[in-house]
Amino acid sequence: MTAIIALSLFGISNLFLGFWFPRKTIQLITLLFLVVSMALTVSDWNHELLWFGNMFRTTNTSINFSLIIQLAAFFVVAFSKAFGQDDEHTHPAEYYAIMLFSVVGAILMVSFDHMIVLFVGLEILSVAMYVLTGSDKRNLRSNEAAIKYFLMGSFTTGILLFGITLVYGATRSFYISNIGTILTSTAPESMPSFLFIGVLLIIVGLLFKVSAAPFHFWTPDVYEGAPTIFTMFMSTIVKTASFAALFHLVSGIFGSLYTIWVLPVYFISMLTLVVGNISAVYQQSVKRMLAFSSISHAGYLLLTVSSKQISTTSSILYYSLSYTLATVVAFAVLILVSEYQSARVEKPENFSSFEGLAKNNPGLALCFSISMLSLAGIPLTAGFWGKFFIFSDTFSRNIIYPVILAILMSAVGIYYYFKGIIAVYLKAGEIEKIEVPALFKIALWTCTLGTIILGIYPSLVKSVF
Amino acid sequence: MSLLFILFFPLVIGAILLVAKPKQAFAISLIASIIELVATVLVLQDAAAAENGLVFTKPWIEEAGISFSLWVDGVNGILIALCALMVPFIVATTANSDKANNSQYQGLMLAMQTALMGAFLAKDAFLFYFFFEASLLPIYFLAAIYGGENKNAITFKFFVYTLFGSLFLLIGLIYVYLVTPGSHSSDIETLYQTAIMLPEHIQGNLFLAFFIAFAIKMPIFPFHTWQPDTYTVAPTQATMLLSGIMLKMGTYGLIRLVLPMFPLGIITWGNTATILSVIGIIYGSVIAIQQKDAKRLLAYSSFAHVGLMSAGILSQSLEGIQGALYQMLSHGINIVGLFFIIEIIERRTKSREIAQMGGITQYSYVLTVAFVILSLGSVALPLTNGFIGEFLLLKSVFDHDMILGIVASITIILGAVYTLRLIQKTMFGNFSRITKDFEDLSSAEKWVLIPLCALVIGGGVYPTWILNLTEPGVQALVSLLK
Repeated sequence: MTAIIALSLFGISNLFLGFWFPRKTIQLITLLFLVVSMALTVSDWNHELLWFGNMFRTTNTSINFSLIIQLAAFFVVAFSKAFGQDDEHTHPAEYYAIMLFSVVGAILMVSFDHMIVLFVGLEILSVAMYVLTGSDKRNLRSNEAAIKYFLMGSFTTGILLFGITLVYGATRSFYISNIGTILTSTAPESMPSFLFIGVLLIIVGLLFKVSAAPFHFWTPDVYEGAPTIFTMFMSTIVKTASFAALFHLVSGIFGSLYTIWVLPVYFISMLTLVVGNISAVYQQSVKRMLAFSSISHAGYLLLTVSSKQISTTSSILYYSLSYTLATVVAFAVLILVSEYQSARVEKPENFSSFEGLAKNNPGLALCFSISMLSLAGIPLTAGFWGKFFIFSDTFSRNIIYPVILAILMSAVGIYYYFKGIIAVYLKAGEIEKIEVPALFKIALWTCTLGTIILGIYPSLVKSVF
Repeated sequence: MSLLFILFFPLVIGAILLVAKPKQAFAISLIASIIELVATVLVLQDAAAAENGLVFTKPWIEEAGISFSLWVDGVNGILIALCALMVPFIVATTANSDKANNSQYQGLMLAMQTALMGAFLAKDAFLFYFFFEASLLPIYFLAAIYGGENKNAITFKFFVYTLFGSLFLLIGLIYVYLVTPGSHSSDIETLYQTAIMLPEHIQGNLFLAFFIAFAIKMPIFPFHTWQPDTYTVAPTQATMLLSGIMLKMGTYGLIRLVLPMFPLGIITWGNTATILSVIGIIYGSVIAIQQKDAKRLLAYSSFAHVGLMSAGILSQSLEGIQGALYQMLSHGINIVGLFFIIEIIERRTKSREIAQMGGITQYSYVLTVAFVILSLGSVALPLTNGFIGEFLLLKSVFDHDMILGIVASITIILGAVYTLRLIQKTMFGNFSRITKDFEDLSSAEKWVLIPLCALVIGGGVYPTWILNLTEPGVQALVSLLK
């Protein structure tokens, strides 16, 4: 809990540090801030406590989610290299500050015990993201993405807020624990029917944020238009936080009302799998492919909540972690390659600009391939176990057909992830040696090694979760 | 510990080759594979001396009941031996070629050996699956980076096709695993006990899921469409790994997992599977007869042979399984030798077209003799290693179903047709433009071919010691089926 206070203060101090220090220093300081806040988060381990007038609850699950979020933020900061290098980004401190603020929002979303905290957290996260999406001021695509994201996002917020209001109307409480007691102690027949609408609206609002089909239409455009570094941020942090919030609600207070939401979620998870994977097959741009891949991963995650019994948190956490590690690497290599190709080819983010990467940049090629393998769920990588735990967990709850569909869809996934590997290793192309800053390199290899270590010995973190 | 050594030693050396890129990649790789062979022989000796074979167990994912456990018994001993025996030969076939000191190539081959060893050694079903899929990575890169014409599309099809198949295996394994009592366990022996208790229709479905996975790997008709292209386009050593060792993962999976787990499933679907296997035998042989490309011909012959193995295994008899195990070993030896001969010819003539060959015997006597011996082994002439396995297999299919047995026996005639035709067209007759002044074998090539020929004859003359080695394990397995 102290972590969110610390992060807010760090964010504010970052704004001031921008007056005196150059970008590199601020980047390192921000990394330090995140390490401190992670340490503060860990210090709450095993203390289940309520804070801020019982509105904020720290449990081991929420701590794990916050740690994954902060870890992702750590890597995003480590991979940010362009701020302050051109006139557009002359104030790097602000970007780092906004990122820290949005992490605060994300942490609120995973540990709320009060509906308003959920709403506030979501807004802190989203408003920060609208700004960051549009931060490439002179790029038309970035502006378009920001507007699109803002419109869809405020629409979502409206839906969520409406849902919260209806639930409040039915239960007369914003407190999760109070709502839970009321919902379990009252017979469903005697509850007002708008309660059910409220529950559904809250779930839909969060599904928008995790970009589940059919609420996914904003995702590819926004992901493509936003500067890649913030796409990385969106696809890891926003997704994890929103899913954690959804999971917290359906596994907790809405558990007794499963008859209302279980069927929609069941079909949405399958639809998301199909839409995400099939659309990704047709993409020429790596960034768009990763956008659809993030939709498909939302589908895998939704499998865990698509029945009356909810999965164990450990498989969800493991999946989120493995997905985060692989995704940041994929985007990081994309940043380097597209930056290198931007002056040379028309569409620097396409698969074709990766061709021949392995020749002069074997390290980058290896990292990129391992992240693709992990996203595809091939053994020796963390992604395999992530999928394995999700599938076996879902299977054990007797959800047979969606799992079979998911397994077939992961075979489809291999097709588009391997397009990247084929471009890197098997196609001929001319890419000179790309200069990689030291910090960037360290972060890249840390994630890659993490992916492999978790792939060989998953118990290392699975036993913690 | 010794099991861990034979599992990870090739990977360690392979990783060193991949990372450090030493100049003497060939020597390192060859020595490493020979050390691996010696170590494996020692392990097998230990296993034969121990009463219940060797077992190594360490918890892996403790909370899920998944363990890192390896074992050696009569059933997999022979496959481990095959894997350890063939890799030195496969490495040696690169001698003096442009791939000899390509550390990436050698490193990937050794990494492949670990994956194969892992699949054969695994005592935990998920560990088996892990290696079963992981083996695709090194072989994919071997074939895709060093392959021939149109390699990208063909190797990609191979990868997706086989991976798609193994996903069915994953579904099936997870299903059985979740039925295991308590906090679940994926130990193969636990799965045996759990799976046989399942009702018939579930066993039937699970049998299908497992069989499709293994049928794609072997391959069995009609799941074979990836195979001829991949075998043809892959570099020779990758083809040797694929046909000599990797396809045995499929047959091994049938013996190790499918037979003991789903006896009721076999009652429902076993006949269909056997018929598909027998169709594959005839279909593969007939297509092989018409091939113009020698490597493709061998690919189809391999397809035909594996069909017989699968049919023999599905007969669930002692002879069938014993024959299949013996035939896996013999087929590995023969097919590696034959692919090497085609590679030797291709190196000198730059062609694999059978029609363009002829008269090589006038220039290289040793090559002809080796070719004849290896082919006869492949045709299953008595006194060669192929005969023992094929005889036992055919007998088991006969006992199982007379008509299928008769149909399957045609393979001997058809096999003789395409193999002898291959020898005749390449070795005898008049020399052609490209086989003129065919350079005789180098000593490195002789060093590979002569021991292989010795193994062909040795295996045919004195099969008992291997059959005795496997018998207790197979006997135990068969008694489990009754």
